[in-house]
Amino acid sequence: MFDWLQVIADFLTYTALGLLPESKLGSAVNFFIFDTVKIVILLMIIIYAITFIRSYFPPEKTKKILSHTKGNQVVGHVLAALLGIVTPFCSCSAVPLFIGFVEAGIPLGVTFSFLIAAPMVNEIAVGLLYGLFGWKIMLIYIFSGEIIAMIGGMIIGRMKMEKFVEAYVYEMQNIPSMEIVEPRMKNRLYDAWIFTRDLIKRIWIYVLLGIAIGGFIHGWIPAGTLAQYAGKDNPFAVPIAVLIGIPLYSNAAGVIPLVSELTRTGVSMGTALSFMMAVTALSLPEAILLKQVLKPRLLVIFFGVVGMGIIFTGYLFNFLL
Amino acid sequence: MMEIKILGSGCVNCKKLEENAQKAIRELQVDSTIIKVQDIREIMKYGVMRTPAIVINEKVKMAGKVCTAEEIKRYIAEEQ
Repeated sequence: MFDWLQVIADFLTYTALGLLPESKLGSAVNFFIFDTVKIVILLMIIIYAITFIRSYFPPEKTKKILSHTKGNQVVGHVLAALLGIVTPFCSCSAVPLFIGFVEAGIPLGVTFSFLIAAPMVNEIAVGLLYGLFGWKIMLIYIFSGEIIAMIGGMIIGRMKMEKFVEAYVYEMQNIPSMEIVEPRMKNRLYDAWIFTRDLIKRIWIYVLLGIAIGGFIHGWIPAGTLAQYAGKDNPFAVPIAVLIGIPLYSNAAGVIPLVSELTRTGVSMGTALSFMMAVTALSLPEAILLKQVLKPRLLVIFFGVVGMGIIFTGYLFNFLL
Repeated sequence: MMEIKILGSGCVNCKKLEENAQKAIRELQVDSTIIKVQDIREIMKYGVMRTPAIVINEKVKMAGKVCTAEEIKRYIAEEQ
């Protein structure tokens, strides 16, 4: 699909700039040009597509759907995790969304299934994973994210943590329900474009940096160098990767391109996947925001359960892949 | 006087929405004030599930999107 781009990259690197294909600099620059353009194009397509689809799933609709599942717990978790993918979500909306769900009577565990799935399966991560690793890895990421969301939510639900939600959340009454207004098709198409454009404007520099560092690694560090430290044989690689990933703020955009190079140098796929999940699913800014509605114990349990789920998934994939 | 409220916890999007609102009222020369609502309890009174949101004269005009100045001008016109 991107052969034409490789031709352009080759031309720019070897003909226009006069670098040698065998040289480290030549190899790094070629990779950099090719990957940067390829990724930005893929990101634009994927973010646009996802944003467009999401215009059909405003959170008010999700809330309505989930509020019908009060009795059927498992179904609720499955639905919540699935809706987490298609409902637009931004960290700053985590709090109003949480309150809205609780007030609508959606069980706490189901709400958490949503809160785990939504940030993890985000359009940037999905787009980059497809672009850098292919559709198989992208699907594995989405699938494991969903499982962690469902099971994590169920565990938290069983733990009956309702009393660790800040009291005022339950005291809110008569929250008006915003009517669900379906936008017109041309607005959907236009809004999706504006959103995509603004998002790319915000993250492209991080993607560039991530690829630049990756390019450096690509040209200078031979494949397999990190294998002894972070390969399949190191049992601590996964938890360490997850612990590093948790406080790293979101930018899946900068981190994922870097990780693709790390896997080439020997970091095993399971460790890489769990690192990426830790970065996207759990972030310090989101924790700070959620502290407004969750008491510390619940917040810790939330992060703990998700962290464990991610670590387990990391080990599983190191074993399977 | 028209009351425009920007609901949000202070992230980049909320600031952008506020800037666009300022631009809109400047261009329309409307007599209005812009109030930033950051307390979550106040925000939830409007029933929004996504921030940033823009409220004009106590009616929620849009939530979850950083509206352009043009769009805000239209909302203002609707409320006049």
